[in-house]
Amino acid sequence: MDIVVCVKRVPDLSEAELAIDRRSKRLDVSDLEAGINEWDNFAVEAAVRLKEAHGGKVTAVTVGDEEAEDVLRRALAMGADEALHVSDQAFADADPWLVANALCKALQGRPFDLVLCGAISSDGTSGHVGGMLAALLDVPQVALATALEVKGRKALVRHEVEGGLEREVELDLPALVTVQTGINEPRYVSVRGIRKVAEVEIPVKSAGELGLAAERRVRLEEMFLPPSGAGAEILEGDTDEVVGKLVERLRERGGL
Amino acid sequence: MARILVIAERVKGRIDDSAWELLTAARALAGEGGKTAAGLLGSDLAALATELARGFDEVFVFDDPRLAQPDAEADGAALRALLERERFDALLAPHTNCMIDTMPALAVRLGAPLLADCVELEWRDGQLCGVRTVYGGKVHARVSAAKSERGYMATVRGGAFPAAMPGSVAGAVRAEHLPEGFAPRRRSLRTLEPEAGAVDISAAERLVAVGRGIEAQENLALVEKLAQALGAELCASRPVVDKGWLSKSRQVGTSGVSVKPKLYLAVGISGSFQHMGGIKGAPYLVAINKDRSAPIFGVADVGIVGDLFEVVPALEAAVRKARG
Repeated sequence: MDIVVCVKRVPDLSEAELAIDRRSKRLDVSDLEAGINEWDNFAVEAAVRLKEAHGGKVTAVTVGDEEAEDVLRRALAMGADEALHVSDQAFADADPWLVANALCKALQGRPFDLVLCGAISSDGTSGHVGGMLAALLDVPQVALATALEVKGRKALVRHEVEGGLEREVELDLPALVTVQTGINEPRYVSVRGIRKVAEVEIPVKSAGELGLAAERRVRLEEMFLPPSGAGAEILEGDTDEVVGKLVERLRERGGL
Repeated sequence: MARILVIAERVKGRIDDSAWELLTAARALAGEGGKTAAGLLGSDLAALATELARGFDEVFVFDDPRLAQPDAEADGAALRALLERERFDALLAPHTNCMIDTMPALAVRLGAPLLADCVELEWRDGQLCGVRTVYGGKVHARVSAAKSERGYMATVRGGAFPAAMPGSVAGAVRAEHLPEGFAPRRRSLRTLEPEAGAVDISAAERLVAVGRGIEAQENLALVEKLAQALGAELCASRPVVDKGWLSKSRQVGTSGVSVKPKLYLAVGISGSFQHMGGIKGAPYLVAINKDRSAPIFGVADVGIVGDLFEVVPALEAAVRKARG
């Protein structure tokens, strides 16, 4: 069974001081740590588990800058067999449609039974790349999977719908599934594990080599920080003071 | 003057509130003399279609047992047939799980640009533009669709627009059909209800919610004790449930339980829209988080920026003292 898993390198914003670069009007990510998108980590684990159960091959693919190679090495260390890197300046500010096109071109001529994507990326957060890629590949698809198994030429998928409900669906293979967090427990990746795959050759393709016009259907005009001042009254003082003030507020609101 | 189609989502057999929020957005985009239309898919829809016709000028109804459950493939095929026949300037759908499933493939098949998860929408030079949040709500982005001959599409954040009040004007209801020869490659097998938990947090008046900031399972005792002191139930955001530290029946969010407490105290929760979407009825919202840029401080009533491992035990002690 041949599985493709799409991964993305994203900046880690937790506890970071955020600033918008005045010239580019983009978030300044130069000082931020970066790593694999959380959802994609679950997708890689799901792919490797299916390979372990059914045999076959896992190929990890990313669209990103030079440093995005990190997340491909990480996928290899988790058990992916091959990696593909689509890298080009032309992909800066790519919209989901352009990313899906780049992934589709990268997969041309490569037979697959299943494509897995993280359901969302923590930076763009549209959740739209997977569904667009499925349409470009012309395969059936389902989003936000919380359980996944393969039986013969079918994928059996549980996925999240509205109202706290889940639905079980069956897809004819080949198919594409986007993976929700919590679907499995991704394995630990050690430094030693990464070192073991350091020599694996990863082909890099540019937009031109893929015959891809870097067209966008949605342009990013600018980023800005949400207006400050709106929102919560922030309590000031040391721990005892802020806790005291909060207890007062709760008492006024009848919360005690 | 424009003609705008809104996808009216059904949740558990009812028209979701998002349809009336999107009607507000659609009326603004339609402009004076413009038209709003609703697209409704499912089975046994007569009553729901009448309800929508009290607000929308036109209601396109796909009433078919094969559409009984929302299904990205069948719904997408039905909508594609409608959109290739009728000219709409824009399609709006709620940014929900089912529409994340349906809209991207539909946009590609129609060849239309799709804006994701917008909180504002407007026309600029005849092109659809929007504002959306990125990076988990910490940053906003202004986006614009490229010029399109195939119309424009957008998914819209829940709560971004106030719900329109349905009137008495009866819009035209039109019967639509799945295209002939529709051959599904995807089939719905069954719908699963969440496992009934020991607690029903949906009815709780006070909730203490814990998120990723709690770091480890053994730290949960800290917030449990605070919940006890407040006479509150304990609930959680997704990462805590993903780790298996608390049961799914305690997960608040668009993919979990909807709650409507009077007090909601969020500990170590950043406040993603998926989490906040599960909090209804405007409770008194308290946030404790060490990250000042966490989006939850944008919506909370009162906040403490600090280390939860210091603040929570101190708060528990102060609450116990205050309650005697």
